Amino acid sequence: MKYELVAGFETHVELSTKTKIFCSCTTAFGGDPNTHCCPVCIGLPGTLPKQNEKVVEYAIMAGLATNCEIAEIAKMDRKNYCYPDLPKAYQISQYDKPLCEHGYIELSNGRRIRILRIHIEEDAGKLIHNHGDTYVDYNRGGVPLIEIVTEPDFRSIDEAKEYVERLQQIMRCIGVSDCRMQEGSMRCDVNISVRPEGSDKLGTRTEIKNMNSITNIAKAMEYEYERQCDLIESGGAVVQETLRYDDATGTTSSMRSKEDAHDYRYFREPDLVTIAVPRERVKEIEARLPELPEQKLRRYIEEYDIPEKDAALLTRYRSISEYFDKASEGLKAPKTASNFIIGQIFRRLETEADKEAFEVKTSAEQLGEMCRLLESGKLKNNLAKKTLEQMLDTGKSVTDFISESDMAGLDDATLTEYCQNAINAMSAAVNDYKSGKEKALMAILGNVMKQSRGRADAAAVTKKLKELIG
Amino acid sequence: MGQIKRIHEMLVSGEITCTELTQKYLNEIENSNKELNAYITVTPEVALAQAKAVDEKLARGEEIGMLEGIPMTLKDNISTKGIPTTCASKILTGYKPIYDATVYELLLKEGVVMLGKTNMDEFAMGSSCETSYYGGAKNPHNTDHVAGGSSGGVASAVGANLAVYGLGSDTGGSIRQPAAFCGIVGLKPTYGAVSRYGLIAYASSFDQIGPITHDVEDAAIVFDAIAKYDDRDSTSQGSEPTLPTLYDDIKGKKIGIANQYLKDVREDVKAAVLDAAKVYESMGAEIVYFDLPELDFALPCYYILAMAEASSNLGRYDGIRYGYKAEHYNGTHDMICRTRSEGFGKEVQRRILMGTYVLSAGYYDAYYKKAVNLRGAIVEAFDRAFEKVDVILAPTAPVTAFKNGYLFGEETDQLEQYLSDICTVPVNTAGLPGVSIPCGADSEGLPIGMQLIGKKFDEKTILNLAYQYEQAEHKTIETKWGVKL
Repeated sequence: MKYELVAGFETHVELSTKTKIFCSCTTAFGGDPNTHCCPVCIGLPGTLPKQNEKVVEYAIMAGLATNCEIAEIAKMDRKNYCYPDLPKAYQISQYDKPLCEHGYIELSNGRRIRILRIHIEEDAGKLIHNHGDTYVDYNRGGVPLIEIVTEPDFRSIDEAKEYVERLQQIMRCIGVSDCRMQEGSMRCDVNISVRPEGSDKLGTRTEIKNMNSITNIAKAMEYEYERQCDLIESGGAVVQETLRYDDATGTTSSMRSKEDAHDYRYFREPDLVTIAVPRERVKEIEARLPELPEQKLRRYIEEYDIPEKDAALLTRYRSISEYFDKASEGLKAPKTASNFIIGQIFRRLETEADKEAFEVKTSAEQLGEMCRLLESGKLKNNLAKKTLEQMLDTGKSVTDFISESDMAGLDDATLTEYCQNAINAMSAAVNDYKSGKEKALMAILGNVMKQSRGRADAAAVTKKLKELIG
Repeated sequence: MGQIKRIHEMLVSGEITCTELTQKYLNEIENSNKELNAYITVTPEVALAQAKAVDEKLARGEEIGMLEGIPMTLKDNISTKGIPTTCASKILTGYKPIYDATVYELLLKEGVVMLGKTNMDEFAMGSSCETSYYGGAKNPHNTDHVAGGSSGGVASAVGANLAVYGLGSDTGGSIRQPAAFCGIVGLKPTYGAVSRYGLIAYASSFDQIGPITHDVEDAAIVFDAIAKYDDRDSTSQGSEPTLPTLYDDIKGKKIGIANQYLKDVREDVKAAVLDAAKVYESMGAEIVYFDLPELDFALPCYYILAMAEASSNLGRYDGIRYGYKAEHYNGTHDMICRTRSEGFGKEVQRRILMGTYVLSAGYYDAYYKKAVNLRGAIVEAFDRAFEKVDVILAPTAPVTAFKNGYLFGEETDQLEQYLSDICTVPVNTAGLPGVSIPCGADSEGLPIGMQLIGKKFDEKTILNLAYQYEQAEHKTIETKWGVKL
């Protein structure tokens, strides 16, 4: 029997606010253990949380960018559980009144992945195991998170991969998170089940945790899909449980069963007041949102005539699309700039991190200047590639590599002279042309270009030749 | 004249130096604390250094503020930097906060002299101070009786003149009831009037810090100093100063008496409160009797919500970062279990268990959710009552101070402890201000207290009415203890 995969995502995204969610400690990654801490974020007796308004704003931005409705009234709740990395023995989160609900992200196949909710919460600290001892580092404790929960709308692993990529693009584009899975600033849990193809009933699901890259998500889903299918095929049943993905073996293993599920005893956080979000504030935040990757992608494809594959690369990171937008400003064909970026600049950036950082010696303005000279014919096409390589090596401007005479092009007298020379030398071709063989003009043009060592403008030469031949 | 003003004038006139004054209090604490058990920690170095600074200021001829140099105490659940803050619990053994509570910061700016930290029921859970890991504080009017709870230590210390005043905390009556038992004044401010930052939480949506003082004027002075907006407490708003209207005439004020408040109260207590009503009438106030049936639900509502919040608030005491840690254990889980089993007393464990229960899946709707709805109904009932009256007059406690050990005696139903809070908890449930003042004594000479309950952030009206009664009746009974000035 064939089985259909059904999956849903719960994604934790660390927000890149400067300070923590309930105190003014820094959110910077790393640092010596317990140096980014204060009485509030280590939960000392008597301390109280204070809502960081920026966190609310970032979550609203994330909600708007994923087509969510923004709650007018939201509140914080306590999620009670006991673990050494959680110094208050409860996490301040949102239970039944999240900030954002009912959104979606559209995939390239046209399917919409519905977003059930986005809520804000605090991160926990980290346990460090060393020679049989366990230490706690609370630097990460109180770093703001949003949790993005989807409906079980995924039907393939490719959809899952695309969703994670889209989510990363969106969050990076609006500037609320760097979404680095390796550093843990984006963490995905996947709920997965299978059902006979054609069935509309949901099967028993398992939840997979601990995947730190898109590749691992795909591998874990693949493994779990196969495991569930085999289990059912061999007459067994899937047990609802939480699984841990093991990167080294590429397999999943049980963390806890349904029976061991926590009773979090949620209740309203009495130390914080209700979060009111007036509609004017939502409008104001919406107005400040940058163009989203999806909108950009469509603009690049439809208005600029850039191939979809290239457009996707340009919109992958905010740094790249910003570079491209600046470079292509005022160009008749923005595609020119795109071609240089994809064709030449990208080749110099090896890793994903390099691409994200997008540190190149040539500024977007310099690339733009080069493209403009190209469009005006002052820089010849066949020189452009070499010139850009020189620019990228040195960081110098286009004008440093093409001479005054190149810039000026050929004066009319010289052009006329070169053309007359060619006409005189190639009488056979001239006759062919006169008898209607349009192609013959190309040979004469080639002769002129040769004389000018490539400096002549093809269009101007064609015009002059036609004039002289009559 | 109130006690604080009187001592302030003595300091300003040079009749006594602040160091002499402080030393007198420290000596009396030394003499009496064994018997009264009011203080858990005495801080002579801190107090004398603060006193010296005041004396130096006076010597330079500078003016001093009203609270400057006045020796006071803090309940031991108010955080003090570098000074043990125990909540009268074994589990906070050795814990020294690394920051000061906002109220102490505010008072430090006023230049107060802090004598030490006073006894209380463990984590403020109790009505007699007897759940303290350090043993209960005794009543200065008769040491066979309790000082009340949970701020029993502050009440005992102020009642016995071992401090001019103190700050307590009131979650279900913990300022007013011990003040009533010890024959002094206790003000529970409106929820949000005083910052809770640094107050070790029992039940966060009920807890409020307030003054316990000799007289109403002192309560007004101290309240005005601490009722400030604090950016670190989201629920804090501050409140209007009460001193400017303290001495006003009360003619025409409407005082309500809810019949439900008199139902379960001992006859002599009821009589004392009704006598006070007559005094008010004679001063030109109008007495209005009315029904407040929602009051019958206040006690279960309070205990469900307070225990639920407590079960969460006390989860952090796990032996990992500070305080007591079990000596023998096998792994992290076992360490946490043993630390909590050994570190918390019985009453605290009982409340954590009950609080956990009412929040658990399957019971949440039956208990916690219902209690939340009831709380809303109680708030509305008070709102309606205050459309008709300016303040509500009620007994502070249904009885006078219990005999030591009574609440935990073999014949005593455990519920009796909780029932003894029946007059005080409605105020916390609705977040209102209430002040308890002495209004008589029982046949054994133990003080009886009455409370005036006001609208939210209307401390000025209840203190004004309390002041006028106090001036007319002088019900304070002197004790044999402490500093005589």
